Amino acid sequence: MIALTINGTRHEVAADPLAPLSDTLREGLGLTGTKEGCNAGDCGACTVLMEGAQVCACLISTAQAEGAEITTVEAQDPLLGRLRQAFLARGAAQCGICTPGMLMASLDLLRRNAAPDRAAVEDALGGVLCRCTGYQQIIEAVLDAARGDIAAPIATEAGAAVGAPLPRVDGAAKVAGTERYGADAAPDGALWLRAVRSPHAHARFTLGDLDAARDRLGLAAILSARDVPGRNAFGIMPDLKDQPVFADGYVRYRGEAVLGLLGTRDAVAAVRDAELPIAWDPQPALHGVAAALAEGAPRLHDHAPDNVLVRGHLRTGDVDAAFATATARAEGNFRTAFVEHAYIEPEAGFAIPGAGGAMTIAACTQAPVMDREEAARVLGVPDEAVRIIPTACGGGFGGKLDVSVQPLLAVAARVTNRPVRMTYARTESMASSTKRHPATLHARMAADAQGRFTAFALEGDFNTGAYASWGPTVANRVPVHASGPYRVPNVWNRTRAVYTNDTPAGAFRGFGVPQAAIATEALVDDLAEALGMDRWEIRRRNAIGKGDITPSGQVLHASAGLPECLDALKPEWDAMLARVAAHNATQRRHRLGAGIACMWYGCGNTALSNPSTMRITLARDGTLTLFNGAVDIGQGSTTVIAQIAADALGLPIDALRQVIGDTALTPDAGKTSASRQTFVSGRAAQDAARALRARILALANAGEAARLALDGARLTIADTHTTRVIDLAALDADLTAEARYDPPTVALDADGQGIPYATYGFAAQIALVRVDTALATVKVEEIVAAQDVGRAVNPLLIAGQIHGGIAQGLGLALMEEFIPGRTENLHDYLIPTAGDMPRIRIHLVEDPEPEGPFGAKGVGEPALVPTAPAILSAIRHATGVRMTEVPVLPHRLHERIGGGEPPPNPLPSLAPGD
Amino acid sequence: MTAYHRPRTLHDALAIRAATGALPLAGGTDIHPLRTARAAWGDPWRPEILDLSAVPGLDGIEESAEGWRIGARTTWTTIAEAPLPPLFDGLRAAAREIGGRQVQNRGTIAGNLVTASPAGDGIPNLLALDAEVELATATGTRRLPVGAFLTGYRATALAAGEIVTALRVPRCDGARGRFAKLGARRYLVISIAMAAGVIRMEGDRIAEARIAVGACSPVARRLPTLEEALIGLHPSEMPRVPQPAHLAPLAPIGDVRATAAYRADAAVVLLRDLLAGFAR
Repeated sequence: MIALTINGTRHEVAADPLAPLSDTLREGLGLTGTKEGCNAGDCGACTVLMEGAQVCACLISTAQAEGAEITTVEAQDPLLGRLRQAFLARGAAQCGICTPGMLMASLDLLRRNAAPDRAAVEDALGGVLCRCTGYQQIIEAVLDAARGDIAAPIATEAGAAVGAPLPRVDGAAKVAGTERYGADAAPDGALWLRAVRSPHAHARFTLGDLDAARDRLGLAAILSARDVPGRNAFGIMPDLKDQPVFADGYVRYRGEAVLGLLGTRDAVAAVRDAELPIAWDPQPALHGVAAALAEGAPRLHDHAPDNVLVRGHLRTGDVDAAFATATARAEGNFRTAFVEHAYIEPEAGFAIPGAGGAMTIAACTQAPVMDREEAARVLGVPDEAVRIIPTACGGGFGGKLDVSVQPLLAVAARVTNRPVRMTYARTESMASSTKRHPATLHARMAADAQGRFTAFALEGDFNTGAYASWGPTVANRVPVHASGPYRVPNVWNRTRAVYTNDTPAGAFRGFGVPQAAIATEALVDDLAEALGMDRWEIRRRNAIGKGDITPSGQVLHASAGLPECLDALKPEWDAMLARVAAHNATQRRHRLGAGIACMWYGCGNTALSNPSTMRITLARDGTLTLFNGAVDIGQGSTTVIAQIAADALGLPIDALRQVIGDTALTPDAGKTSASRQTFVSGRAAQDAARALRARILALANAGEAARLALDGARLTIADTHTTRVIDLAALDADLTAEARYDPPTVALDADGQGIPYATYGFAAQIALVRVDTALATVKVEEIVAAQDVGRAVNPLLIAGQIHGGIAQGLGLALMEEFIPGRTENLHDYLIPTAGDMPRIRIHLVEDPEPEGPFGAKGVGEPALVPTAPAILSAIRHATGVRMTEVPVLPHRLHERIGGGEPPPNPLPSLAPGD
Repeated sequence: MTAYHRPRTLHDALAIRAATGALPLAGGTDIHPLRTARAAWGDPWRPEILDLSAVPGLDGIEESAEGWRIGARTTWTTIAEAPLPPLFDGLRAAAREIGGRQVQNRGTIAGNLVTASPAGDGIPNLLALDAEVELATATGTRRLPVGAFLTGYRATALAAGEIVTALRVPRCDGARGRFAKLGARRYLVISIAMAAGVIRMEGDRIAEARIAVGACSPVARRLPTLEEALIGLHPSEMPRVPQPAHLAPLAPIGDVRATAAYRADAAVVLLRDLLAGFAR
C-alpha cells in the first residue's frame, strides 16, 4: 500500500509504485477530476500541484507522491474558488476537459504571483493544451481572478435570455471538476477492453488459436471479426458501411482494429501484441492520392474499382469562355495535410448488456442517434434495443461524429454478457480516428478590368483514407463553396474523394471548405495584385449579398452579411496596412504583413434532410423540462437552446431544466455538426416552446402578449387587464409540446444546381503577422474577425467559438501535420499553445435569418475557415512569398524565401500611399 | 511485479544499481512518456526501477573554489530561479524553454543528459560550460567531460552499476552564457535547432569562446573553428563570423520538424543571433 495525502486527506492505495499518479488518483482513488489526455506530459490535462508546484500527474510515479502534499481540482480552496468563478463568468470552460489542468496551473501561478501580467499567465498555462477556447477567455479569467474582479451573474428575466452573454448553464460541473466524461465512470466490475491494432498500413493476416492465447494470457476473451453478432461493418453513409469493427483478414490502414482483448485492466495492459497469434503479410501501401490513382494501383474496396469513393460536381455558366475574355487570370496548385482533431479527451465509454438483445452504451459522442444505428447493426438488433447515453464530450470538432469505442464495446458486452469499458490511449486515438482530408487542389480564377470576378474553376482530390466516413460529404460540400462568398457567374468545380491506405479522413470543422478557401483566397489576392487593387477592395466589390445568386443557383433572400463584415473591418484594415508599411520601411529581417480572407458556410447537411425534434414539458409539479437531444460538445448548444426555449416560452431560463441527448429520453435532434444545432435544433426548440406557450395561453384564454410567471405549481398568466393563475397540479396531465424542424433545401441536380442550404454563415478576418525572414518563423500578432451570426444568442459563447476557430485555423496554417506512423502523439503533432495566439478583436454582424430562431444561424465552423487563408495572405504581404502548402512550417517558408534575403515584390497594398 | 526501488541513501542506491542494474528514474519526464509510447503499440514495458527521488544530496547547487556542483536531480525550475552568475544565463534560459512549467518542475539536469536526446536543450549549454559529469558506483566515483559522456544518439558512457550524481561546472570568471532555441511553437516544443555559448572577455576583446549547437547532429557538438575565429574580436564583430563551414562537426537530418538543409541554415542564423546577444 502507498500512502498519499490528497487535498489534506490521507489515503492508502494499492498501486504499482511506477503507475502514474494520474492513474492512481483516477482508478485507485476515484478522483476523476484529474484528466488524462496523453500520459506523456504533452497536454497538461492531468496537472495537479505537488508540494504546491504544478506537475503533470502522468509523469509522477505513485511512489514519488508518497509523503508529498498533492492538490487536485477536487480541493476546497478560496483562491481556487475564485478561479472557478472567473472561469465560469468568462466562458473559459467550453468542453471542460482541460479545465481542471488549467485551474491547477492557474492556482500554482497565483500562489507564486498574486498580480501576474498577461505574459506571466501565458508562461504558467503554456504547458496545458486547450483545443476549444483559443486560450483568450482562460487568460482573461486568470487575470480577473488575480484582480478579484469577477463579473457578477447576469440577471435573466423572462424574455431577456436571447442576446445575453450568459455563462454556460452546464458550466458549474466543468469548473468543479465533477463533470463526467467518457473515461470517468463505469459500472463496477466492468471488464476492460483493449483493441489490438494493425501496425501495418496495408496487410493481410491470419489468426491462430485465439482460445489458447486467451487462456495463456489470463484474459476473459479475445474478440475478432468472427465474434461480431450482426454485420461487421459501420460507416456514415446510409448505403456505404465499408469499415469493419474488427478487420477480417485484411487491414487497410495502420491503426485498424484487429482483435479485442478483454479482462482485468492489468491483464489486457500486460499483453504484448507480438505474442498474439497474428501472422502478418504486409502489402505495399498506397500513401497519398497519387499512389492510389496510379495505373495498376491495387483496388482497396470492391465497390471502388479505381479507388475513387465519390465525385462531386458543380457547373454554372461557361467557364472557358469567361477565362478567354477575362482581364486578369490567376491559377495555382495547393496542398493541405492531414489534420488531427486533437480533442483533449481521447475516446472512451462503457457498455452494459441487457436482456433480450438490449444494450446501453455511454460514451463521448457528437451523434447519439447515429451511434445507435451503428451499434444496432453491428449487434444485429433493432435500433430500439440500443440506448445511447452521451457522456460529457471533451471536444469533438467532427472527430466524434463517427463511432469509435461504441461498436467495439457493444460486441464485447454482448459476447461476454458483462459490462465493458474502454479508453483509448492518445496514440491509439490519433492513429485510428478520422482526420481532416488532405487536399490537392488545382484552381483558376478570373476577373474583368473592374475587378469583378468572372470565373472560377477547381479540381480537387481529397485523400479520404482507408474508409469512406464523411468523404462524400466533403466531396459534395466543397464544389458548392469553393468559389468563395463572392458573385461568380461562371463556375466549374470537380472533386474526388480517393481511397488510400492512410488514416480515414472524415468530418473536421468545415468539411473541406477550409482547404478550398486556402486556394480560393490566394487566387483572390493574385487577381488583386494583377489588377493593382487593394485586397479588401476586391473582396468588397465581389462580396455576395442579399439578392445575389450563388453558383448553385440559389438566391440569397436574407441574412447575407458579408458586405457588412467587410465594412466593419475596413478601418482596422487600413490601420493595419499603415502599421505594416511604417514598420517595414525600416526593418529588413522582421517583416510585418497584413492579410485578409472571407468565407461562407452553409448550415446543416448539403441538400439533405436533417431535422431536429425538441420536446418541452411543463409538469404538474411545476418542473419545466426541455428534452434536448442535441449533444453539447463544448460549443454551448445546451445553453443557447435553453436561452431560445426560455424566451420563446416566456419564462426565465433559470426555470428550465434539461434532459440532454439520451436516445431513450430525448427526441432526435440530429448530430452536432455542420453548425446546425443553434439553427436547426434551436428553431425546433423555439417552435416547441412557442407551441407550449400557445397551449398555456389558450388554457388561460389570454392574448399573445401575456406574461408568464411560474412559482412552484402555480403558473400565472398576466394579460393587459386580467391575471389568471393555473394550478398545474390540478391539471389532468402535464403540458407538453413537441416540434420538428427540417431546414428547407432543394436537392442538387447533376450540375450542382439547387438549394443546398437554408442559410449560410459569413465571415471575414484580417491577420497581422510578423515573419522572421532569416529563420522563416511566423508569429500571428493580431486577428480581427467579423462574422454574420444572424442573431447573437449568446455573445460570450460566440466569442469563445471564434477564438477557438482562430486557434484551429492558426494551427492549420502554421503547424499541424498528421503523418500516419510519425506524428501520432502530442509532441510530434503540434497544436497552438497559449503563447501562440494573437490578440483577437471581434465584430459581430447580425443580419437576421428568417428561418432561424430569433434570427440566429450557425457559428462554429465559420470562425475557422478564414483564418488560415488570412494568415497566408499576411505571410505573402510580409515576404512576397505565395505559400501554397500548409502547414507553413519554418523550413517550407525558408525554402521559398531563399536563404533569408529580404522579400521581393510585396503586394500592392504595401505600396506607399496605401 | 517487477521491483521498484526507492532507497533513502546514496549507498543503498549504488548497491541496488550494482546488484540489479535497475533503471535510474528521477523526474520521470522521459521514462513515463516512453512507457506510454511503447504501450500504445502493444509493447508494455515495466523495467526494474531505481527511483532516486528520495536519495539525499542529489539535488541543489553548491559553489566552491573550483566551481559549481549541480546535483543530478536539480530541476529546471531550481536552475532557472537559482542565484547563479551570468556564466549560467544560457543554461537558465534553456531551463525555461524545456517543456512547460510542469516538466520544468520535475525534469532534472542529469535526466536531460542521460536521455541523451539530440534535442535535449540542456546539453549544448553543458558543453559550452565545459561541464563534467560526476559518476558514482558502489566502489568509487569518476568524472567525464560531457562531450565524452555522450557517445551517440541516445547513448552514453554510463556504465553498469553507475549513476550520475552531479554536473560539475568549472569557474570561468567574468564569462557570460547565452542560449537560442528554435521551435515551431511557443511552449512545449522540441527544438528544431538550438545554440548555446559562453564568452569570456579580456578588456574589450574575446578571450575565450565556447559554442555548441544542438538538434543538428546525433549528439550536440562544440564548433572549434568558430570558437577560434572569435578569439581577439570585439563583441560587435562576432555576429558576422559564423559561416556554414563552421558547422563541419554537425550532421543535420531531415525529420517531421524540418529538413536537413533548413537546419543547417537555421543553425548559422541562430549562431549569429546568439553572438549578437552577447554584444548587447
